[in-house]
Amino acid sequence: MSTVLQSDSKTAPATPPGHSIKAKQSLGSRVKRLNIPGGLGGWIWLAIIIVPIYYIVITSLKTSEGYFGQNPLALPTAPTLENYQLVLEANFATYFMNSVIVTLGSVIPTVLISFMAAFAIVRGRGRYLKFVNGMFLMGLAIPLQATIIPIYLMIIRLNLYDSLLAIMLPSIAFAIPLTVLILSNFIRDVPNELFESMRLDGCSDWQTMWRLALPLTRPAIVTVAIYNGLHVWNGFLLPLVLTQSPGLRVLPLGLWTFQGEFSVNIPAVLASVVLSTLPILVIYVLGRRQLVSGLTAGFSK
Amino acid sequence: MSSTTTHRAATASRKIEQTGQQKSALAWLTVPALIFFVVFALAPLVGVLVLSFANWDGIGAIGAAGLENWSSVLSDPGLYNALGLTFLIMIVSWLVQTPISLLLGVFTAGTQRYRAALAVLYFLPLLLSSAAVAIAYKALLDPNFGLAVGLGLPFLAQDWLGVPQLALGLVIFVIAWQFVPFHTLIYQGGVRQIPKSLYEAAQIDGAGIIKQFFHITLPQLKYTIITSSTLMVVGSLTYFDLIFVLTGGGPGNSTRILALDMYLRGFRANLMGPASVIAVILVVIGLVLALFLQRLGGKDKQGSQLEGL
Repeated sequence: MSTVLQSDSKTAPATPPGHSIKAKQSLGSRVKRLNIPGGLGGWIWLAIIIVPIYYIVITSLKTSEGYFGQNPLALPTAPTLENYQLVLEANFATYFMNSVIVTLGSVIPTVLISFMAAFAIVRGRGRYLKFVNGMFLMGLAIPLQATIIPIYLMIIRLNLYDSLLAIMLPSIAFAIPLTVLILSNFIRDVPNELFESMRLDGCSDWQTMWRLALPLTRPAIVTVAIYNGLHVWNGFLLPLVLTQSPGLRVLPLGLWTFQGEFSVNIPAVLASVVLSTLPILVIYVLGRRQLVSGLTAGFSK
Repeated sequence: MSSTTTHRAATASRKIEQTGQQKSALAWLTVPALIFFVVFALAPLVGVLVLSFANWDGIGAIGAAGLENWSSVLSDPGLYNALGLTFLIMIVSWLVQTPISLLLGVFTAGTQRYRAALAVLYFLPLLLSSAAVAIAYKALLDPNFGLAVGLGLPFLAQDWLGVPQLALGLVIFVIAWQFVPFHTLIYQGGVRQIPKSLYEAAQIDGAGIIKQFFHITLPQLKYTIITSSTLMVVGSLTYFDLIFVLTGGGPGNSTRILALDMYLRGFRANLMGPASVIAVILVVIGLVLALFLQRLGGKDKQGSQLEGL
């Protein structure tokens, strides 16, 4: 490789010859940091991300006069929360509670049973566990939305149609493959000596799992919990197909119907968008470090 | 993995006995996850194949249909329209998202504070549900009160949802807007795992950043690229929510991808049999694509590549 990379004066003009290697290195790394096209691209993408979000937030604070009269990107002259009030009066508290129930009711069982399975897959051996692992890996490659029709049929037959449980059961099943995968990657990183010493202390596998593996993989557990939570919280197809009553709507579904009813009142529609995202934003702010580092570790291996 | 259960201190017979015990004890731990997965993911997978040979309107009794659904769907031009659109959106999305995510991933992997701050903001679209994103974009694209006026860019004031090509372009853009952040994150992690010594060596040899990118970063990211592409490509089969809320498949059928076609046939037209045929096609495409992309990673790396997923 070194012959290929030798002396390219065009792309490294800021590295003059004759410097000591150390100086060259620090200078070279500074040159690398001053990546102008990269920086430009980074800021352009930031604008692409931020302008729509800025528009959503400020418009949700505008009165209808402000919406129709002002420049769309100008800050509201008379900021108001009346749109939010309207949204809250449209039963959003119920949708919010439903989303909380469905999300917690899916994520907690998912993480718990996936952790147990991941522990067994990493620590145990034998053909059965290999087979189970292979099956979960295959689950990753299947677009599980394609199974919605049989799920609908099963939920009807189980007399669960139009209930929150109907959303939770398939959500758990869909989340298991990826959760097991990420957790087993992390459990594998636990040094074997620790397991050995637990065994020498006379701990059973069950105790080792809860007292050793669980605390040591807590960052990964937080990661998968947030990641799965995000998916379930934002899920649309399962609630759309498996529930019907307005009282059982989760937020994305509530958002969609609200938009249908209030399509002329854009500030209110956008207020509903902001409100439905707010809880996730709070969790993101609190757990960002964990989520980001966990996700990169889980996917970039 | 298997070496972790080896007990060096134990005698041979005890060893066998213990591993035997441990194996059976540990195997039980997979049972709850397995039950959920088999009942609500694997059984429906078989179920969808069975239903593709059945007559069902979603409410009444289920009857046998033989090959009727398959022949009707396979001779329906709507299927080929949906198939073409699915692949078009998949390929264009990949072509758009991969370079952007890769470059942003390299960019945010730098150690400067402001890049870390930018990375925080990049992640924001991922927090919004697809329904929210679609609803927001409808408002953003309003020709009179949206971005076109706000930014003073008249070319943005188009009938985005009314012209087939524009609607398709819009769908691809919004998908990129929503999912590039996630892939940026994957690439960021990948770039950070590249040994620093490689760059140092290259710098000593006098290689500039462009050469470094093509000769170190890109080859080192091979498996990250495959992981990200697999997620992107298989994920593109399920862009249902966004398109459903944004365009509803329209105008006409110009954004009616397979997943949407399945939903509309099944739950709007109450033709669960034909809809199941579409679902089977979706599953097969997903599996074939995933296997194909794994092959790209090379046979020797296949196992660990799947782990990287």
